[in-house]
Amino acid sequence: MPLTRLIKFFASLRLTVVLLGLGIVLIFSGTIAQVHLGLYKAQNEFFRSFIVFWQPDNVAWKIPVLPGGYLLGGLLLLNLVAAHTERFSLTRKKAGIWIIHMGLILLLVGQLLTDMLAHESTLHLRVGEARNYSESERAYELVVSDVTDSKAAQIVAIPERLLQKQGTVSPAALPFSVRVLTYDLNSALTNQAADGYDPVKVTGGRGTDGFWLKSIPRETVMDLRDLPSAIIEIVTPQGSGGTWFVSAYIGTPQSFTWQKHTYELLLRPERFYRPYSLRLEEFKHDVYKGTDVPKNFSSRLLLNRPETGEHREVLIYMNNPLRYAGETFYQASFDPDDQGTVLQVVHNPSWLTPYLACILVGTGLVVQFLSHLVPFLKRRRAP
Amino acid sequence: MKKWIPWLTVIVLAGWLLSTLRQPPETGFHTRDFGRLPVLLNGRIQPFDSVARNSLLQIRARQSLDDATADQWLVELMMQPAAADKRPIFRIDNIELLNLLGLPEKQKYYSFNELQPHGDDVDKQAQRIDHIDASDRSVFEQQLMKLYNAMQMYQQLKLTLCPVDSKDLGIELAVYQKLIPDGVAAVRAKEAGKKYDDATLTEFLGFLAAFDDMSKYALPLVVPPLQGAKSRDDWQNLGATLMSLSRGEDLNPATQSYVAMVAAYQNNRPDDFNQALDQYHQWVGQWYPAETAKGVHEAFYNFFQAFYKAIILYVLAFLLAVIALLTFAIAPKASETLRRTAFYLIIFTGLIHTFAIIFRMVLEGRPPVTNLYSSAIFIGWGCVVLGLILERVFAVGLGAAVASFAGFVTLVIAQNLAIDGDTMEMMRAVLDTNFWLATHVVVVTLGYASTFMSGFLAITYILLGLFTPMLIQKIGTGQVELGKILTKMVYAIVCFATLFSFTGTVLGGIWADQSWGRFWGWDPKENGALLIVLWNAIILHARWGGLVRDRGIMNLAVFGNIVTSFSWFGVNMLGIGLHSYGFMEAAFKWLMLFIGTQVAIIILGLLPTKFWKSFEAKKPAPAVKA
Repeated sequence: MPLTRLIKFFASLRLTVVLLGLGIVLIFSGTIAQVHLGLYKAQNEFFRSFIVFWQPDNVAWKIPVLPGGYLLGGLLLLNLVAAHTERFSLTRKKAGIWIIHMGLILLLVGQLLTDMLAHESTLHLRVGEARNYSESERAYELVVSDVTDSKAAQIVAIPERLLQKQGTVSPAALPFSVRVLTYDLNSALTNQAADGYDPVKVTGGRGTDGFWLKSIPRETVMDLRDLPSAIIEIVTPQGSGGTWFVSAYIGTPQSFTWQKHTYELLLRPERFYRPYSLRLEEFKHDVYKGTDVPKNFSSRLLLNRPETGEHREVLIYMNNPLRYAGETFYQASFDPDDQGTVLQVVHNPSWLTPYLACILVGTGLVVQFLSHLVPFLKRRRAP
Repeated sequence: MKKWIPWLTVIVLAGWLLSTLRQPPETGFHTRDFGRLPVLLNGRIQPFDSVARNSLLQIRARQSLDDATADQWLVELMMQPAAADKRPIFRIDNIELLNLLGLPEKQKYYSFNELQPHGDDVDKQAQRIDHIDASDRSVFEQQLMKLYNAMQMYQQLKLTLCPVDSKDLGIELAVYQKLIPDGVAAVRAKEAGKKYDDATLTEFLGFLAAFDDMSKYALPLVVPPLQGAKSRDDWQNLGATLMSLSRGEDLNPATQSYVAMVAAYQNNRPDDFNQALDQYHQWVGQWYPAETAKGVHEAFYNFFQAFYKAIILYVLAFLLAVIALLTFAIAPKASETLRRTAFYLIIFTGLIHTFAIIFRMVLEGRPPVTNLYSSAIFIGWGCVVLGLILERVFAVGLGAAVASFAGFVTLVIAQNLAIDGDTMEMMRAVLDTNFWLATHVVVVTLGYASTFMSGFLAITYILLGLFTPMLIQKIGTGQVELGKILTKMVYAIVCFATLFSFTGTVLGGIWADQSWGRFWGWDPKENGALLIVLWNAIILHARWGGLVRDRGIMNLAVFGNIVTSFSWFGVNMLGIGLHSYGFMEAAFKWLMLFIGTQVAIIILGLLPTKFWKSFEAKKPAPAVKA
């Protein structure tokens, strides 16, 4: 029967050993690759992928060299499940093995869920500043806001993944469409002609000041962020409403008027709003006396939630995050002048799985080894 | 046979150890006693003795001089720098560097006086090199930076207790104190544009400039905070307290004592020095009992050099165990006596090892592993404990041999890691958590230790099997083949290694989740730990699946040494990630050498059985013709 043979194959210990071996090769090469690729890119190419490709410099082709993290993880999971349905019976002797493997399954599934569901952003606050949103570490958004009524601005945000497609976006809240003519995920900008740079040609806004633009590869270093630029056209029912240059380099909104309404354009890090705000009361950066070795970083914040009337102080410091409303806020960084804090905001619904998995596998390993060790020692004691 | 031999050996060696702890009473200047005084440096309270030893390690790569102790040297440097400048103590090995400085190549050590004329050259080069990434520096550049840092530190230490050109600090202080009212008046008058005495002003400002230099550059903070200070950490250096006199503050009792000691030393009056020292000991002991106790205890810890002595004892035990192992077939009784001696000796040395680790933990107020240095010490300890358990269970000398070997090697590694100076540095913010240091770090380090242990046992299997017939010789009360025993040992240890490395790795992930919200971030050190887990899992599964037999398991276990050494040291050399401690040129060479030897052993292990002394005997005897 080919099916039983297939199950046998997937349940085999030989496959386990091969997969673990490939895992070692993958992790080793993925670690070494970080030196050149940076953590983020190496992680995507080696661990968050199905196949790892090798591409020499300056060629168009690439060849698959290794199964990626997703493929190996998936196969190991399959191998584990198959082995348990095919080979193991649930007996007392095998109890340890069962617990270990259940823990491993939980760990793998949990990490897959984390990978799919977890969401990270950062919250940067200066002392005294309050914010009810955090910002994406990588993605940007184009904000078109109708500021005619300064008290009730209408804001439309177009996320980067739509901009990237370079098509036309027609948000319902706007009386016109936005056509993305070019979008560079990362760019370099100068104000004079330079080699490799193209002049920016637009009809309105800051773009007419004379900029030269170059598209550059995305950042791979962990702490550096991309600086995207785009040329967009406002497409009204009556035809083109002009072209604009928006860029992460231009930090202030550019405004234009159409049909007596004033609109503003801004390319900014993508924002995630919350029904509560955090205000930085105090940031502390303690060092050990007589050194510049940091002893502690802490942020004293005021949490304010109008809908529930919640209004209280919270303290976040190293190894002591704030868990609130399904999210966790960590002390991540700070401003060079010690007057601002950067919090990492993580939403991870499966954050508990590694804790449970660790307990399961640890218990399983102890049970399993004791069940071998105790009889062994007894046999030795007996004359 | 002779049951008393093992006991006697241990008692004799314990006697030797105790004899090294005896300190003869001091004559002349009581510098040893001075070395116990508490100061604040690197953010922690430590005795002058630690300052002296750690500075000398960085300058001279030794903890003492040929003709002086670290304490004697430091006292001289701080109180009579002109004499200290003549001592050849700066170690320079790099020929290029010597050529740059125009120094003769035949010496090993050079005095500050020899180096000073070339100080500008060193400064200039250092400024250039400072912009180069540490991992991109050439050997010459690294050596130059090392010399630059050593010279900087040396000059800063000089300013701890007196200005550079001080002749008699006692008299100078008296003159300065008397001058303060007139001096302050002269400064005010000058500022207000009124008449002032120029000589008074110049003299006064001269004092201030000298003390200001001290307050800016002096390294250890020697004056404890007075009662009512905001924080117990608010130590000051001597220069700052001398400056503050001009602002009308009282003379700090500590400053007074230190000035008295310096003056006595400058005038070569040991009795006055010792008296001032005793007085200060009393004063500081009364007001700062915890700090004083820390100083005294750490000075004792430094003096004990427990790990260094443990190295000697482990080597001795290793030799005994190896001889016991090699002779069990020829002279079983003598072999058993030797084995027992080695076993007891390792227990004794292990106790010293444990004692020193606990002493260190109490001094630091930390769990055992806080940096690479202490991880080496703890890995050694873990191996010794595992080896002793194996020896207790199997009693064939193998556990003893591997335990003592691992203890010796890891402690030697630790000694070499200590060369950079202070090994009890304060923990950076994110690491400042005893809970995770006590759980994740300890468990994962035990994982390293047990994986190494199985690797070392496997090496004995391969070496004994290839070069001796011992693997098939029956041993012990159960008369089991040595090879079978080794296989069991390796299997058991691999099981332990899996347990520790897995639990330790996942605990690390949980720590990461607690401190920055990511259970797993593919950081190099995390990956390294995961590699060990996977490798141990491979060994176990390959065995259960019947994919490998005894020799195969041994080869896999030896490869485990490579995986572990990569994870322990190799990833730190990549210079990336949260756990990176900078590139270590010398360590890299040794790591490559170690990996080379392991590969060689694996190749030996792959040789067909007909080349194995232990297995060739199993070949069927040639048929006899009828």
